[in-house]
Amino acid sequence: MSAASTSSVPLVRVEGLHTYYGKSHILHGVSLEVAPGEVVGLLGRNGVGKSTTLKTIMGLVLPSQGQILLEGAPITGVAPHKLARMGIGYVPEDRRIFRLLTVMENLRTGLDRQGVTEDKRKALLDKAFSYFPRLAERRNQPGGTLSGGEQQMLAIARAMMLEPKIILLDEPTEGLMPRMVSQIREIIDVLHKEGVAILLVEQNVPLTLQASQRIYIMEKGAVRHTCAASDIKVDDPLIKQYLGV
Amino acid sequence: MSRHDKIYWTGFCAIIAVLIVAPLVLPVFWAKFLTEILIWGLLAMSSDLLIGYTGMVSFGHSAFFGLGMYGAAGALLHTSPPNLWLAILAGLGGAAGAALFVAYFSTRLRDIYFAITTLIFSQIFYVIIFTWTAVTGGENGLIFTRPHFNIPFIVDVRFTTVTMHWFVLALVAGSYLLLRRITRSPFGMVLQSIRENEARTRAIGYPVQHYKIVAVMLSGLFAGLAGVLYGVQNEFAAPDFVYFVTSGDTVIFNVLGGIGTLVGPIVGAGFFQLLRELLSRVFGEQFPYLIPLGVVFIMMIIFLPQGLLGFAKRWLNR
Amino acid sequence: MEQVVQYFQDFPFDLLLIQTVNGIVTGLILALVASGLTLIFGIMDVVNFAHGELFMMGAYLGVVVLAATGNFWLALIVATMMVAILGGALQILTLRPLIGRDPLNTILATFGLSLILQNFALWEFGPVSRKIQEPIGTYFTLFYLQYPWYRIVIAGLSTAIIGGFWLFLKYSKFGIWIRATTQDRVMAEAMGIPVPWVYTGVFALGAAMAGASGVLFGPLGSVNHTMGLDWVLKAFIVVVVGGMGNLGGSIAAAIFISLLEAYASIWVSPSQAVIVSFVVLILTLLFRPTGLFVATPK
Repeated sequence: MSAASTSSVPLVRVEGLHTYYGKSHILHGVSLEVAPGEVVGLLGRNGVGKSTTLKTIMGLVLPSQGQILLEGAPITGVAPHKLARMGIGYVPEDRRIFRLLTVMENLRTGLDRQGVTEDKRKALLDKAFSYFPRLAERRNQPGGTLSGGEQQMLAIARAMMLEPKIILLDEPTEGLMPRMVSQIREIIDVLHKEGVAILLVEQNVPLTLQASQRIYIMEKGAVRHTCAASDIKVDDPLIKQYLGV
Repeated sequence: MSRHDKIYWTGFCAIIAVLIVAPLVLPVFWAKFLTEILIWGLLAMSSDLLIGYTGMVSFGHSAFFGLGMYGAAGALLHTSPPNLWLAILAGLGGAAGAALFVAYFSTRLRDIYFAITTLIFSQIFYVIIFTWTAVTGGENGLIFTRPHFNIPFIVDVRFTTVTMHWFVLALVAGSYLLLRRITRSPFGMVLQSIRENEARTRAIGYPVQHYKIVAVMLSGLFAGLAGVLYGVQNEFAAPDFVYFVTSGDTVIFNVLGGIGTLVGPIVGAGFFQLLRELLSRVFGEQFPYLIPLGVVFIMMIIFLPQGLLGFAKRWLNR
Repeated sequence: MEQVVQYFQDFPFDLLLIQTVNGIVTGLILALVASGLTLIFGIMDVVNFAHGELFMMGAYLGVVVLAATGNFWLALIVATMMVAILGGALQILTLRPLIGRDPLNTILATFGLSLILQNFALWEFGPVSRKIQEPIGTYFTLFYLQYPWYRIVIAGLSTAIIGGFWLFLKYSKFGIWIRATTQDRVMAEAMGIPVPWVYTGVFALGAAMAGASGVLFGPLGSVNHTMGLDWVLKAFIVVVVGGMGNLGGSIAAAIFISLLEAYASIWVSPSQAVIVSFVVLILTLLFRPTGLFVATPK
């Protein structure tokens, strides 16, 4: 449950993933791993396959080759709803909150599951509302009436309701005001302190380098470079090469 | 002539030859059985124009079929001596009218909604026919005598089982060729484009709804012809045939045989009728043959959605 | 003047009154059937052609349980549960393999199911109609007429079931699952909602509503293997007139159409009175194709 990586078994490990959308070969043998409690950044230009990698891990897309391991056990081909219950939380690129459901009902989609006692329920809700006070104010409002930033908060809070071991975060700061961006940054830190691993897909390089322990850089559907976040700076030529315009 | 065409036409002629000879060698029951398969096949083929080529599932064919039958009955009962060609004309007219009516309303809706409204409209016709006893004979239907095969000044002869079969075969084969011509024409190409992507077809500038209405009417015409033939073959018209079940059977023939192939539905009709005959012979008349048939039907949808002849779909349409 | 007075005196006000109540009673049962259909269509995009047969099976199972136990209420509960299970099983066997395919496939599959169920009923129960005894034999006086209590009870039960179902949809966990799945199936799965089972549950629920309607309708008419088709046809008309996927609209449309038919059958035979529903449908398609009871035409 806790962060210290005493075990050598990575929490999530992906080996040689090949994924197709129809005839398009999107992932060309992606391999990466995330240790328990680790924040790992996944950088790259638009269209290199970062989101697809997350979707494949989440079981939303079936890879044609390769495997995915959760705590050492293969999970390739397991249905998404099972993966969610096994501890993988997913916060997609366009947030995708349930617009016609209230904030509370959105949270309940993650909260209403087996093994959650009344106390635990209350604790989880309290935690969510203390991190995101704006959501508490709007708890009975339909999700669609929230602002972009609030929807992003809701999407993350919703995933937190699953008590996940790892959260797959897809471009959480996209389209957000700077104030919100730093809020996201704080949330990532808080989650990290709680021992939740995060696989963070981002275009915002500075934020990613600050928040992550390790990073991967992808290009054209494969991982091209990996290192500790502290070993690379924003103006590194590699960054320019793979992410520059 | 390309190789494909050679094989195709050879096959076609061979099958026609077999069908011509068949009634001469088969016992009367089976000869008539074969004729009926052809008639159901024609009905199913007409439906394929909509389902297979335009992408519109219609449950309204019982109305077109039934009105063809009743139209013919009307003509045969009210002219003396009963005239075959008038009957055909009347039947086609009735069916066309029904088709226009149904098309006008149903084509406003798409997909599932279209299917439901065609179903409802065919039931409307059923209720009208069933209750308007004065004109339609109500529950009991109409009985009439089979007209002669009459070409003025040339021939006037009664139909025998064999000649009736040949007449039906000629019309069904002719309809097939005509339908094939239609599906390969520019008009048919637009229909198929509608099936593939209706929005895009409309965006390109085609008046999609007009095409749909014409498609329904053509389909209705051929279904009506089948109704005429059925009536002439069996010498009665009954409201049962206007009931939804006929539409349902038609769709079954289509799915079993393979939609979008034109011949598939005929094969499907044959398969269905044979299976039914077989089951009732083996298990007795009371056997609910529709239960195992229903199961087969569902399994085909799940495992073999392209139908018996679906594998040949591209080849047949080339 | 004399003629006008005479006309009003001859006008069958009492019949009108009875038919109003009858229309509402039948309308509520029809509303229950249509709600199940709308539910399945709105959430799963499945046009359930077998819905009428599930209604019929409910009625027959009601007959069987009633014969075995002599208790109408028990028959209602047991038959409804059995149809729910039947519906769930059928969905798993025949509709799950078709998820993601063209909607044409599910129309055909449910059509196949309706054939099987109908002929099974014919085979098992024979062609002779059965009857479900009224649970309450007493009458009450409606102005100067005798009206049977059980019809009111049946109307009340239908309303209760529809109401209960609406509450369930709005507040329960499963209701949230259903609504989430309808809005965004993929994200619902990513949140741990077992979407395939939600679909099975929804189908079972819709089936249960059809089955319950069958038992409730039993005392009002006769139970035979073809009763399903008439009801499913009317239910489809109700769904189209009420606005597809619009629950409130279906209920209003069901009562509206049933009332009109009830009034019509004062003057014409019942088999002709059905033309009323057809006319309503045609008019709706002509002037308000998105539904008569939809707030603003889209």
